Amino acid sequence: MRYPVEEHGATRHSLGPAYAMAIQTIEKTAKNLVLTVQDYSFFAWRAVTNLFRPPIYWPEFLVQSDIIGFGSLPIVVLSGLSTGGVLALQSSATLAQFGATAITGQFVSLTMIRELGPVLTGVMVSGRNASSMASELGSMVVTEQIDAMRALGVDPVRKLVTPRIFSTIVMLFFLTIVADACGIAGGGLVTVLMNHQNGTQYLNMAWEHLRLPDIVQGLVKPLFFGYILSSVGCFYGMRTTGGTQGVGRSTIQAVVTASVLIIFVDFLITQLLLTLFSGWM
Amino acid sequence: MDVNSAFAQSGQNPAPASEAGPVLAFRNVSIAFDGPPVLEEVSFSVAPGETRVLLGPAGVGKSVLLKLANGLLRPDQGSIRLFGEEIARLPEEQLFPLRTRAGMVFQEGALFDSLTVRDNVAYQLIQERVPDAEIDRRVRDALSFVELEETFDLYPASLSGGMRRRVAIARAFIRQPELLLYDSPTGGLDPITSTTIIELIVKERDVYHTPSLLVTHRLQDAFLLCNHRFDPALGRMVPLPKGQTDPGTTFLMLEEGRLIFDGSLHELVRSENPYVREFLE
Repeated sequence: MRYPVEEHGATRHSLGPAYAMAIQTIEKTAKNLVLTVQDYSFFAWRAVTNLFRPPIYWPEFLVQSDIIGFGSLPIVVLSGLSTGGVLALQSSATLAQFGATAITGQFVSLTMIRELGPVLTGVMVSGRNASSMASELGSMVVTEQIDAMRALGVDPVRKLVTPRIFSTIVMLFFLTIVADACGIAGGGLVTVLMNHQNGTQYLNMAWEHLRLPDIVQGLVKPLFFGYILSSVGCFYGMRTTGGTQGVGRSTIQAVVTASVLIIFVDFLITQLLLTLFSGWM
Repeated sequence: MDVNSAFAQSGQNPAPASEAGPVLAFRNVSIAFDGPPVLEEVSFSVAPGETRVLLGPAGVGKSVLLKLANGLLRPDQGSIRLFGEEIARLPEEQLFPLRTRAGMVFQEGALFDSLTVRDNVAYQLIQERVPDAEIDRRVRDALSFVELEETFDLYPASLSGGMRRRVAIARAFIRQPELLLYDSPTGGLDPITSTTIIELIVKERDVYHTPSLLVTHRLQDAFLLCNHRFDPALGRMVPLPKGQTDPGTTFLMLEEGRLIFDGSLHELVRSENPYVREFLE
């Protein structure tokens, strides 16, 4: 094989080690990636199966549900209201060009319920809770509290991870419903107060054009997103190394990975559900 | 439990080593983490009633060895028998019940930040759903043993470094473990606080006769342990008559992952090994 730079004067001898080093780096990165995916799969599987074998720490579920669910309520309400409002502002400006401002309600409700409600809530809750899970568990790892827990005969995955994952799944489901409702309300406020349109018409359009597949789509997604953000947050937290700096690194990795995965998985689920419900649409 | 009555009963506790077999036995244990071996072909045992002091400078693998002893880490090769059971290949789930029989004191205490001293010390009892009144009584007994009754309702953040280690000691022996593992219990403490911690360890050794493995790089701690006994009448540690040492307290020394010494204080101070000589001097 001829190296392309050879033609420009570089010898094979001088390019060889650099080429080998590049290949080594790619190989190492690929191996690390595969190992991380493998570790994550085992970790996530263990966290899920723990729910079906005693001991189950029910009080932990309640505590985490309060922290994740009630604690995230303000940001979900605010972001829902704002997003609904912005959707109404933007859509009515465009729809006005076609004389179709009457369908603002339909546009806002479908967009919120099918797409923006679940994704926005997932990303917002990920920013708040995946980061807190990663930093909390990461701090426990670097201060040997996780090892202490294991030494005391308690499984940290069972005690700390499983309750966080299942509380997040349940709470994200309800938070998404809240975000959808707030989004529609925000859109309604903008439609009535700023665009001076009829509120009843807005609500009628928002309600009448909703179909079962829209609602199913909107309620299935948070189940996946909740699982992703909590398992990723806990995973990065539990594999923290390198002291306080490592905690910061884990937190960043958790939020970035969870947010990107949520958007990517959203695409896959949307495609799958659109195919499944193609007869209904 | 009252220290004097425990002391009176303690004569019946330890079974002779020859009858009961070792509580902990390492056979040709090696471990490495992405590099040269941290421990290589390490073999030793801890007999019932015996206190073994593992000496060596920082970074020779002392803490790793301690974590191998109760299965927090897995060796790459070799055999580790804890309470007669081979744990080197035992699944994590099956290790938890074994670990509850061994108490461990971590380097920095590893107390749970979010729990009070009472809940930290009672951690295992709470998991076992022991009634609250019984928990309170046993926690007060354990705290009284380490002379920290007044910290019952405090959080670890409000304790000094020495107090945290004492609470960690109380947590380690509240269930009367069959083996105690101390990871540098005096590391980073001033000489007076270090002596207080060693006094507690001597008290534990002479009152309950729990076999233990203590890791330290401080020679003065090791000598203090060997040359002193706990006097229940005076309620404090007193020196043994000149020339006498505690027969149940023996020494191990690591040099770059290899065990280079295993014997009594008498043999240690007369060792011709240049590394041992350098360490002692």
